Formats: sequence, C-alpha cells, structure tokens
Amino acid sequence: MRQGRQKRRLIVGAALLATATMSLTACASGSGSTGGGSTPAATEELSGRGPITYVSSPDASGAAQTSVDAWNAEHPDEQVTWVELPLDADQQRQQMVQNAQIKGDAYTVLNLDVVWTSEFAANRWIVPLPEDALPTDELIPATVDAATYADQLFAAPYYTDGALLYSRTDLLTAAGVTEAPETWADLQAACDKVLALPEAAGMSCYAGQFDKNEGLTVNFSEAVASAGGSLFTEDGQPDVDTPEALTALEFLVDGFDSGMIPQDAITFQEEQGRQAFQEGKLVFLRNWPYIFNALSKTDGSSAVAGKFGVSPIPGEDGPGVSTLGGRNIAISSFAENKATALEFIQFFTGQEQEESRLELSSRAPVYGSFFEDEAVVAKYPYLPTLLSSLENAAPRPKVVQYGETTAAIQDEVYSAISGDKSPEDALADLQASLEEIVG
Amino acid sequence: MTAAPIVPTLKTPRGRSTTPNEGRTASLLLSPTFLVLALVILYPLLSAVYQSLFSAESGLDEQGFVVEGDVFVGLRNYLDIFAGSESGRFYNALWNTSFFTFVSVALETVIGVAFAVAMNRAFRGRGFLRAAVLVPWAIPTAVSGLLWRWVFQSNGIVNTLTGTQVLWTAEGFASQVAVITAEVWKTAPFIGLLVLAGMQIIPEEVYEAAKLDGANAWKQFWSITLPMVRPALLVAVLFRMLDSLRMFDLPFVLIGPRKESVETLSILAWESSNQLEYGTASAFSIILLLYVAAIAFVFIKLLGADVVGSGAERKQRKARPAAAKGVSR
Repeated sequence: MRQGRQKRRLIVGAALLATATMSLTACASGSGSTGGGSTPAATEELSGRGPITYVSSPDASGAAQTSVDAWNAEHPDEQVTWVELPLDADQQRQQMVQNAQIKGDAYTVLNLDVVWTSEFAANRWIVPLPEDALPTDELIPATVDAATYADQLFAAPYYTDGALLYSRTDLLTAAGVTEAPETWADLQAACDKVLALPEAAGMSCYAGQFDKNEGLTVNFSEAVASAGGSLFTEDGQPDVDTPEALTALEFLVDGFDSGMIPQDAITFQEEQGRQAFQEGKLVFLRNWPYIFNALSKTDGSSAVAGKFGVSPIPGEDGPGVSTLGGRNIAISSFAENKATALEFIQFFTGQEQEESRLELSSRAPVYGSFFEDEAVVAKYPYLPTLLSSLENAAPRPKVVQYGETTAAIQDEVYSAISGDKSPEDALADLQASLEEIVG
Repeated sequence: MTAAPIVPTLKTPRGRSTTPNEGRTASLLLSPTFLVLALVILYPLLSAVYQSLFSAESGLDEQGFVVEGDVFVGLRNYLDIFAGSESGRFYNALWNTSFFTFVSVALETVIGVAFAVAMNRAFRGRGFLRAAVLVPWAIPTAVSGLLWRWVFQSNGIVNTLTGTQVLWTAEGFASQVAVITAEVWKTAPFIGLLVLAGMQIIPEEVYEAAKLDGANAWKQFWSITLPMVRPALLVAVLFRMLDSLRMFDLPFVLIGPRKESVETLSILAWESSNQLEYGTASAFSIILLLYVAAIAFVFIKLLGADVVGSGAERKQRKARPAAAKGVSR
C-alpha cells in the first residue's frame, strides 16, 4: 500500500522532470534555429592570425602532408594541424556540416568535394575569398567555375578530375580502327568490328559506373551534356524532360538492352569496372584518371598493360562533355585566424606546392601549364587528354540541395536502366521530383 | 550487446517483505545509476521525440543564400511517413526490415542450435572449433559487408562456383538473399555459443537416465536438450531480433543505399539525417523504436522469454525433476 503510493509519487516526479527537460530543450533549439543571418557578405575582412586546422580526407600518397610540413617549417606561430576525416565522402560532409551547425571553431580550412561547394556557400558555412586571392587566369576555367557561387569565389581549386575513355588499342588496331571513337555511333561501330575478332571472344563493348551511387549521377549527367543538353537551366531550374536527356538516357538503356553494355555493369562502381577492363573483358571503359597506374602495372596484375589508350569520352554528335570532379579548399565561417587560413590556402594551392606534390600523387593539378610540361606528361601520359576533357567539362548540377538532387537522379535513372520504367516516364518523374526539391 | 546475459544466477530476495526504510536506502544507493540512465537514455529519447515534431524549412533569398528555420509541425512528419507521397518507401522498408529479421533469425536459430549440438560433443579439436566459430561474430559488420560484396560481385566467387550470372548486388530477390546469407553467417555463432553455454549446465545424469529408458538421440534432443536450453535460447533469439530490426550496415555496405529491395527503416532514418531533415529522421527513429518495443513485448508475452532472470531459479528447479524422468514439459 505504502509502497504503491511511493511508486506513484516517483512516476509523477519523473513526468515533471521530463516536462522540465523538454521545455529546456525547447528553449535551446528555439534560440539556435534562426540560421542564415546577416546580409550577404561583400567579402568581409579576413582577420586573425594564429594556429589553424586543415580538415580533410586522408591522403594515402602523403603529398598533402609534405605541403603542410613545408608551411609549418616556415610559420612557427601559425601552425597547421591536420584533422583527418573518414575516407567515406558522405561522412566527411556530415562531420563538416555538423561542425557548421553548432558554429564550431575547431575546423578552419575545409577540403570540400566540388559538388558540396554550392551547398556550403549558400548556407554561409564558408566565407567568400577576396577577388584577388587567387591567380584565376592561370587555373583551368572549369575548376574556377566549380569554386564559384552567386558570382563570388568561395574556395580555391585544389585538384581536379575528369572523365577518360579507356580503350583497347591493340584490338582496335587489329580490327582496323585507327581513330578513337568521337561519337556514340563510332563507339558502336568500333565495337562491332572488334567483337568480330576471334581474340575478342567473350568480351563486352562498353561500361561506365551504373550502380546506384554518385557514379550513376556522373555518368548520366555526362551523357546528357554529351547529347547537347543540360540537367538545369542557366537560372537553376530543373530541365530534364527534354529530347536531349531522352537521347542520353536511351543511349544507356538501349546499351543494356542490346548487350553493348554488359548486364553486370549495373553493379559497377569505379573499381568493378576497372577490374573488368583490367582482366580484358571490356573494349571501352569510362573512368577517372586514377586507374591509369593500376592498368599500366607490368607485374602481372594487369592483362592490358601497354595495350590500352585514353581519349576524351564520346558524345552524340561529336566529342562528349566530361563532368568535373576534384576538390576545393575553403575557409569555415565560424573559424578564428582567417587571415592565416587565407595565406595557407594560397600557399597550399599555389603553383609551387602543386608541382612538388606531383612527385608523390597522381592527382591532376588545377594549373593548365602543367598539362603541357613534358617532364610531367612523361610521368602521367594521360594529362593532355585529361586537359582537353576538362576544357569542355561541365560541372554536375550546381544546386544547394545536392544530396537530394543526386538521390532523385539515381532513383529514376536506375529504374530506367534496370527496365522498371520507360525512359520517358523516368524523365517525367525526375522532372517532377527535381521541381519539388528545388522549388 | 555481445556480453549477453545467460541465465543469471543472481538470487533475488523474493518473498521477504522489505521495510520502507530499506526501500529508501535502496533508492538512494541506486540514484546515481538512475541519474546516468536518465542522462544517456531518457534525455536523448525525449529530445528525439521533441525534434520529430519540427521540420526544417529552408528557402533561398534573392542572392541565392539559404534562409532557414525550424518550424513546429506537430505530428505532420509522422503523417507524411504513414500517408504522404513517399509513404510507399516507408512501408517497403518496414516490410524489408521485418522480412530480414524473421527469415534470418529463423535460419540463425536452426543453424546456431546445430552448431551448439556439434560443439557440445567431446571430440578432438573442439576448442579450436569453438574459437573458429566465433570469427564471423568478431568481424565488424561493415567489414563483413565488404567481404561479402566481394564474394557476391558479378565476377565473384559465388557466380564462378555455381556457373551462373546472377547480379547479387544489384536489386531484387537475389540481393535480399545475399543480405540474409551474410547476416546468418555473421550471427549464427552468437546463438550457437549462447545455446552451448545453456547446454553445458544440463547435468550428465539426465542423459544417462534417458539412455537407460531407451531414448534415442533424437528423443533426447527434443525432450531434454531443447526444453532445458529454452531460457538461454529465447534470450538469444530475442537479442538477435532486436538487433536485426535495427539492421543498417550490412545492406548499406553490401548492396548500397537507396536500393528498394534492401532498404531498412534505419537506412531511411540515416538518409533523412544525411539530408539535414532531422525532424523526419527523428520520426523514423521513434517509429522504429516503437516497432522494436512492440515486437519485444509480443515475444516476451507469447514465448515467455525470461530476460531479467526473475523466474529462472524456479523454472530450473521445476525442470530438473521433470527432465530427469525423461518427460518433456
């Protein structure tokens, strides 16, 4: 009896406590929920000097570390500490976003994927850089474009990436094809000739990245751009229910239907495609420059060493349009010592450091001049091709809600290439969901 | 999770009435524990409930910069989940979660018990087998996801051995089979070891008596082993079910996010939070919590799983003479 009463009192107490906690949290989130804030910055003064942090994905090559060490040796009072984030890009983004949401000053200099730059800029999580901070004339224009939001430069291009078409030149020569394919029709014609060869038995024609992840968005937006279209209009409105996008999607869907693209390519991310090409199962492969080294290995791991070449990706009526990959370096809005940060960025992405990093890392620099330097090209023979690929590269959709946008693209394109939806329906549905996201 | 209690042997002073004074001392002594529990369980829970009532509304101003604020929307997040335009995804994920849980836990139980029976025999290398069986359980789930992804990829070992061209990591039933295989591989040893521990406390005389009465191995298993490991088995199965309902990393790593046929409730919650929709993410988590709680409740009520061990003593005392006579309960 008595215990019962006690229990009841305890419950009432707990409930009261709970209500109190709830109202406490209410206050807390109430005050924190007014994001955004002041008027758009017309380049505020970047001030403050002292130690800063560089927040980045791990760099296995060690090249970035040598740059940081070089800075630290010269600036004893403005040391840079490397904060290493997980390898997974989604997790990197999430940690940086969380830091921005609590307005934490632990992160000073951020290493951002080019596709996050708009989101971070639009949310004012990063500060615009002064007009004259970077030698933008010497940088590849597409990389500057990818670091710009609302006509302001928000970040410094760090390294860049573009699509290459890897092809089996040995088989192409044997089949009498001398020119790398420039159009999708050329690609198909070259395949028809090569696959008729006895030594090409069991091979497939073409593959890219078609598994449901970022690679699919890349491949689809490249196909649309290569067919002369664009996923978004100039003023940022979705525009995918177009004849050009339909041509692009049909290229992929028909490719799977006709067997030009092997069925298992629907499970390919970058690595699976590389393996297939490396084992000699593909005539053509769309991939990034990083696989060049693995393919060229002469220790027996690659069946295609010395038997392949690279060219820009093909398109509908002529050379295709690559999407732009790579990374930008920006300054967090909530950090201290922004003046040091700016100087560090200028140092880190400067020509001298980009050059010294080429020794260790195959990541493509953002200065056009390197791509014509003979010593560099001897080491990385794909660079001239990459440059021409980058010269007419188009960025992936520059939208603030990039996460939702790429998810919607992957959903619809994947259902089209797996045969669940007709290309027309997929594009109509994609237009509707993109309008909902952007609008 | 891994340090699951087998039948606890703690003796609770039942039947003896406690004086109010003693009760107060007990509450006082336990209060630090309650405080910590309130801090790490109650507070996050309430905060999640609270957050699920808000929605982040954001728009762009004319210069293209984000203006945002949290808006109180009441139960709209829940309403959208159950009846909104995306509700199909939720029901699909709910079905996947339940399907994975029931199929994989059923398989794990059968295989785990078989493991336990095998390991309970005295034979050379038994110690080695016991250790070997633990290896899958010791591997982090994300790593085993990668491992199985490699096994199941289109030119992987499964397709090579069977001579087929099934796209396990794409979509559809094949990918569900892949997830269940990996899940069973990883967690059957957990059930196996808990059941083995339960088996080892069965006194040898019981089996000797059964042999004298002429019971064959099969009869011994059904009438002695199974009833006597039941408490341990039920707890193991319950733990596995609760764990499996929260399944996230295996389908995520093995097949990938946003794949309709393997999308679970946890993946939906992750995705919402990844897109900074913390309100929806909290709502998903609360729904998952309620679902897990409901399943656990039904399981305990229906099968009488003895989680806290209150009745263990009594049941065992009852079970022993009954089993000794070779009669199943």
